[in-house]
Amino acid sequence: MSGFILRRIGQAVIVVLGVTLVTFLLEHLIPGSLAHAILGTRASPGEIAAFNRSNGLDHPLLEQYSAFVGRLATGNLGYSYRLNQSVDSLVLHQLPNDVLLVGAGLALALVIAIPLGIAQAVHRNRAIDHLATSATFALYSMPSYWLAILLIAGLSIGLHAFPAEAPQTATVGGLLASPRALVLPVLTLTLVNVALFSRYMRAAAIVTLAEDYVRVARAKGLPARLVLSRHVLRNSLISVTTLVGLSFPAVLTSGLIIEYVYNVPGVGLTYYTAAVNADYPVELGITVLVGVVTVLGNLFADLAYAALDPRIRYE
Amino acid sequence: MSDGLRAADRTPVAGLARPGPPGTERLDRLVQTGRPVRAGRARVVRAFAGHRLGLAGLALIMLFTLCCFVGPLVYHTDQVHANIQLTNLPPGPGRPLGTDSNGYDILGRLLVGGQSTLEIGFAVALLATALGMVWGAISGFAGGLADAVMMRVVDIALAIPAIFLLIFLSSVLRPTTWLLILVLSLLSWLGPARLVRGETLSLRTRDFVEAVTVMGGRKLRVVARHLIPNAFGVIVVSATFQVADAIILLATLSFLGFGLPPPAATWGGMLSQGTTYLLDGYWWEVYPAGFAIMLTVIAFNLVADALAAALDSRQRTG
Repeated sequence: MSGFILRRIGQAVIVVLGVTLVTFLLEHLIPGSLAHAILGTRASPGEIAAFNRSNGLDHPLLEQYSAFVGRLATGNLGYSYRLNQSVDSLVLHQLPNDVLLVGAGLALALVIAIPLGIAQAVHRNRAIDHLATSATFALYSMPSYWLAILLIAGLSIGLHAFPAEAPQTATVGGLLASPRALVLPVLTLTLVNVALFSRYMRAAAIVTLAEDYVRVARAKGLPARLVLSRHVLRNSLISVTTLVGLSFPAVLTSGLIIEYVYNVPGVGLTYYTAAVNADYPVELGITVLVGVVTVLGNLFADLAYAALDPRIRYE
Repeated sequence: MSDGLRAADRTPVAGLARPGPPGTERLDRLVQTGRPVRAGRARVVRAFAGHRLGLAGLALIMLFTLCCFVGPLVYHTDQVHANIQLTNLPPGPGRPLGTDSNGYDILGRLLVGGQSTLEIGFAVALLATALGMVWGAISGFAGGLADAVMMRVVDIALAIPAIFLLIFLSSVLRPTTWLLILVLSLLSWLGPARLVRGETLSLRTRDFVEAVTVMGGRKLRVVARHLIPNAFGVIVVSATFQVADAIILLATLSFLGFGLPPPAATWGGMLSQGTTYLLDGYWWEVYPAGFAIMLTVIAFNLVADALAAALDSRQRTG
């Protein structure tokens, strides 16, 4: 088991290094060099040489890469010349907002998708299953911004029930102070995630229902409600850890789009703004951050899966 | 409550039984596994033909393709020159879906935008699947160090969500149709690669593959003549999902303003532009493009689901 954990962590380290390499190469892909991108096209050769020298860009690539990784290892994600601010301070300010928004969307989605999947498995191929399958299929085939637009048109413009924009504040406290404005972003993220999870939950619950231990539980006369809550639900939760860990890229992607549509002050919107303004250091810093979060999500899912399911043995 | 006990209902769920999570972006792909057996392709076609939703999806795809590629030949509209005398007009005679804020005819723009959407969607699915197929088959068959290295490459590329890379690349380079096809393919082959590697791993221990090796068949022959053809059903299902994925990704990119630059007609761009006028009640600028994206994606997902079910039926009965 400890061998498995070590090997898995080793893999994660390799993948994180790979992500930094990709980001490093992207930085060098910028046409006309970073110095031109930041100093502008009218910078004199002397200014460019000075910029390259002060940023270590005149060193060999390998040396630059190791300096880049060393800088990242100390938690320094870079410096935005346009905002005259370190990427760290920029991101740290907004990260709590993302944790709140994406976390709420994820948690609510699980609260809906897990019971829904089990209910569909129990009543499969009946009307209620078909209805739920059709609804999640339609949601799954909708880009998240299209769902957001439909919700804005219906609930905000049509019924005047909720504001169409997230609270315009920099802090989590500010976001929570106007909960009504958070309803639409969180609702959209929740529905997108439910669509992502529910098919998988349904299939997992069908497999669990056919297991011998469920048969035994029924045979010994356990009420159906207890069979579902004690045996089916708890065993389905094991596969949920895998599901959540693997869904990180999809969840972060919809996070970015939702922040854009509802104007949520978060890292995703910052990434978008940086791309519009060609603020490369911010883009690259956030790319590294997103990559690391994804790798950690996968790692967590694997380790949790191994710890939760005693039947799994690793050589 | 009697159901849930029938053994016939045991659907195999790949990934649940496996120790390490196989991990694809499209989690639902874990749900359907078809382990194809040679022969019986006709049975798959028959099973697909019995699948009404799949047929509806196929009909929708053919209808959209026909409309988008033949439509503009009959229904001529100017989609390049803005006309300020015709801005934001509601549907009426001569303009069935009205005009947008540049004075472009919306129906005409939908048709032209559909061309690039379908072209890029199909091209990306083909290219990404071909690349993923070769990579996955070689990785799974070679095993050992080569497999480990090749799969770490896939892990690394999967760790950065595609949309972040796409936005970065679009902010650096000016997108063209060919560039988008190339970049979207380079970001989309990872799922198929993992899928085909998994198939190859399970196929390579089978007797017929070992027989070929014992008879002195070369590795390349085993991969090209035995592994890939046997995994073909799974590959076709995955490629169909890939079209839907590529269309969503492409529309997302143009919705965010990083797709083909104006005056190119894109569904995502139309939706984004129309959303500005949501409060003004210009519904014809928002809903046609949104439903076009959604219906196209639904159509491809329906066909993919039906294909997966058809392959699954072959597996059960065959």
